[in-house]
Amino acid sequence: MSATLEMRRGGFLTVVARAREVGLFAVLAALLLATTMVNPRFLGAQGIKDILEDVTVTALLCIGETIVLLMRQVDLSVSSVLGITAYATGTIFAAHPGAPIALVMLVGAAVGAALGALNAALVAFGGVPSLVATLGTLYVFRGAEFAWVKGGQINATSLPKDFLALATSGIGPVPYVALIVLALIALAGYGLRHYPGGREYYAVGSNEEAARLAGIDVPRRLTLGFLSCGAFAGFAGVLFTARFGTVDATAGTGMELHVIAACVVGGVAITGGVGSVEGAAIGALLLAVISNALVSLRVPVFWEQTIEGALLLVAISLDLVISRRTLAFMRSGRAHG
Amino acid sequence: MDGREQGPLLAADAVSKSFGGAVALRAVSLALFAGEAHGLLGENGAGKSTLARILAGVIHPDRGRLLLDGKPVTFRSPAEAQSARVAVIYQEPTLFPDLSIAENVLIGRAPRRSLGRIDHRAARASVAALFAELGVALDPARLVRGLSIAGQQLVEIAKALSNEARVLIMDEPTAALTNEETAHLFEVVRRLRRRSVAVLFITHRIEEAFAECQRLTVLRDGAPVASGPIEGFTPAQAVRLMVGRALDTFYPPRRGERGAPALSVRNLSASGAYAAIDLDVHAGEIVALAGLVGAGRSEVLRGIFGIDPRDGSVIVFGREVPPADPRAAMRAGLALVPEDRRQQGLVLELSVIRNATLAILSRLRRGPFASPARERATTAEWSARLKLKARRLSDPVATLSGGNQQKVVLSKWLATAPKMLLIDEPTRGIDVGAKAELHHLLAALASQGMAVLMVSSDLPEVLGMADRILVMREGRIVGELSAAEASEEAVMAFATGHEAMLQRAREPV
Repeated sequence: MSATLEMRRGGFLTVVARAREVGLFAVLAALLLATTMVNPRFLGAQGIKDILEDVTVTALLCIGETIVLLMRQVDLSVSSVLGITAYATGTIFAAHPGAPIALVMLVGAAVGAALGALNAALVAFGGVPSLVATLGTLYVFRGAEFAWVKGGQINATSLPKDFLALATSGIGPVPYVALIVLALIALAGYGLRHYPGGREYYAVGSNEEAARLAGIDVPRRLTLGFLSCGAFAGFAGVLFTARFGTVDATAGTGMELHVIAACVVGGVAITGGVGSVEGAAIGALLLAVISNALVSLRVPVFWEQTIEGALLLVAISLDLVISRRTLAFMRSGRAHG
Repeated sequence: MDGREQGPLLAADAVSKSFGGAVALRAVSLALFAGEAHGLLGENGAGKSTLARILAGVIHPDRGRLLLDGKPVTFRSPAEAQSARVAVIYQEPTLFPDLSIAENVLIGRAPRRSLGRIDHRAARASVAALFAELGVALDPARLVRGLSIAGQQLVEIAKALSNEARVLIMDEPTAALTNEETAHLFEVVRRLRRRSVAVLFITHRIEEAFAECQRLTVLRDGAPVASGPIEGFTPAQAVRLMVGRALDTFYPPRRGERGAPALSVRNLSASGAYAAIDLDVHAGEIVALAGLVGAGRSEVLRGIFGIDPRDGSVIVFGREVPPADPRAAMRAGLALVPEDRRQQGLVLELSVIRNATLAILSRLRRGPFASPARERATTAEWSARLKLKARRLSDPVATLSGGNQQKVVLSKWLATAPKMLLIDEPTRGIDVGAKAELHHLLAALASQGMAVLMVSSDLPEVLGMADRILVMREGRIVGELSAAEASEEAVMAFATGHEAMLQRAREPV
């Protein structure tokens, strides 16, 4: 009977979905190998450190963005949230050089969550499509920052040494900030997989009406998602300041699309319900490796954007091809009607 | 156990509901008793689904109240109804395609292990146990994406059962199921009744209601017209109550006049779906493709129309139609009314007008622009001819009942003035009144010279409508019957390939 066929072929579909992460790893490995063959120093301690420093902030933003994308929403305002908390971090340390670093991190996340609350209110209760709502707050937040900062700048000299050390030193070539982000990725990934609240993000993005009928509080889920995304972006602002030391009102400008690209390359579906935080982080890593490899291979830097865009198109086309093939495969044995 | 002595588990007391100006329910009372199946009959648009959604906490009554165990209760959300163990199986499956079957079944109620984590292994095991009990061969770990409608319906049923429902509301659960699956479902319903579950069974299929229910309520235009123990009704009476008139002749008489050859298919094949299909349809003729679900009938229609790739030749009125080119098929005079109207036939968010004129927009242009006036006129003409019931032609199609949605799909294709109509399950999920109207319409079209090739799993419909019946089994045409020699037994004999049955069917009774 057809049910047995459905069983076997459905298993195949599940395997294909998982193969995505494996494929990404393969591309990553091939890229690392090829670049190292041309330039052996690419994977030296400094090379690894450069890549990890580059990827840390993006990967952190990817956690929150993935949660929002899973719900079939998008948050474009992450870069502006990052800009505000990055500058706020510098301001706090300038005024209170002895402020506990952990407390400042919490303040960054809290400010981010508060800004995320505005997105949440617009999307979950105002019914504004998130693309429009967060495009609006992207500009509003950035504009507010310009009004606040007025051309000011934070310099590394006004920041505590211990704080800067988070980005510059670590265990072997791995900076502390990268370890923090790695831990957060693992936690968030685990939570999304193993907690009912995490599964609800997938459920809302997969079929919002069904989620409502299943008793899931959709506005609450949307609110929590945008709050988390804001909190991660706010925390990313703190790490941004630790990494660069010098911060002005333009910090992070344009990162939002880079983050979404990383998520999509990492297998998070723009149509909701599919993907993982780990996948998105691998996507971010892949983009960072490419940008570093281009430098290492002395390719003119302006090729980077072209390659990032092309990779995005390849990732999306690959998804389409795979899902079409899979459907065709399933249909071939299970004619119905 | 007789539940009636204990009073109803769940009851609606004089419940009324309006949407905008339209009254959906007027003072409807309904009582569901432990261990009883209560049949709710009514035409599409009679308010059955509205009542189900009120009992499920999805929408709230304007007036009247719900009683749970005799005490007034307000379900502010579906979650509150669920925690009162009221489970609903909706007409359209409401599943998450990107989650596993186990997660879909146990959404919101997954077993936990330490630290509040979901115990995925226990979840899969309990769903596997549930499936074993139901006799369903599905892997709980697979994703729902790609499941057939029947498979999805089975997941829905498992979902309701896993909630240990005291009250189970089923909104036309059998519309998409095969006879075998339907029988299976009723077996499950009987088992639930023995466990003192109260069942509300919403259906169009009168014979199912009479076979499975102990009580019956009939709704017409949002108001209850009759309610009581099933013994007080006859099927004919129930039909009269539903439609408010007697349906004298269910199937229009067929004259069976053959015109010129309209469609000629030779050696049509598609790997894995069907092979060596030869068939002819003449102008003025209705030919039915019968067979079990999965025999490849819909795929043949899709192949002829050019939606899926195919081998072999398709000739329409003497002209060869190239494969995989639906636009060429349309130019040749073909039209395909698909099986799944919600997914393939309609854009639910758009208005009746937009949907009805979608296939002929280029013809309704005035200069380079679409002409709203001509769109409206064309739609008005067709909706009058098909007796479409819609408040306004500018309303979204999603607000119409199933039968009326099907009429919009039909008018969309009839507006292209096809000479050859391919139609897949023309009346699935449609109430008796609209069904009879559609049958008369098809017969009228045929008598005006249109050729019709129809796929239907509804045997009385096949026998009542078709001039000739082609029976498919496992991707091949295995038999042809004329209207005169056709019987349900003969069709099923070919469809199932049971030689013994075939013998019996051919012997004079």
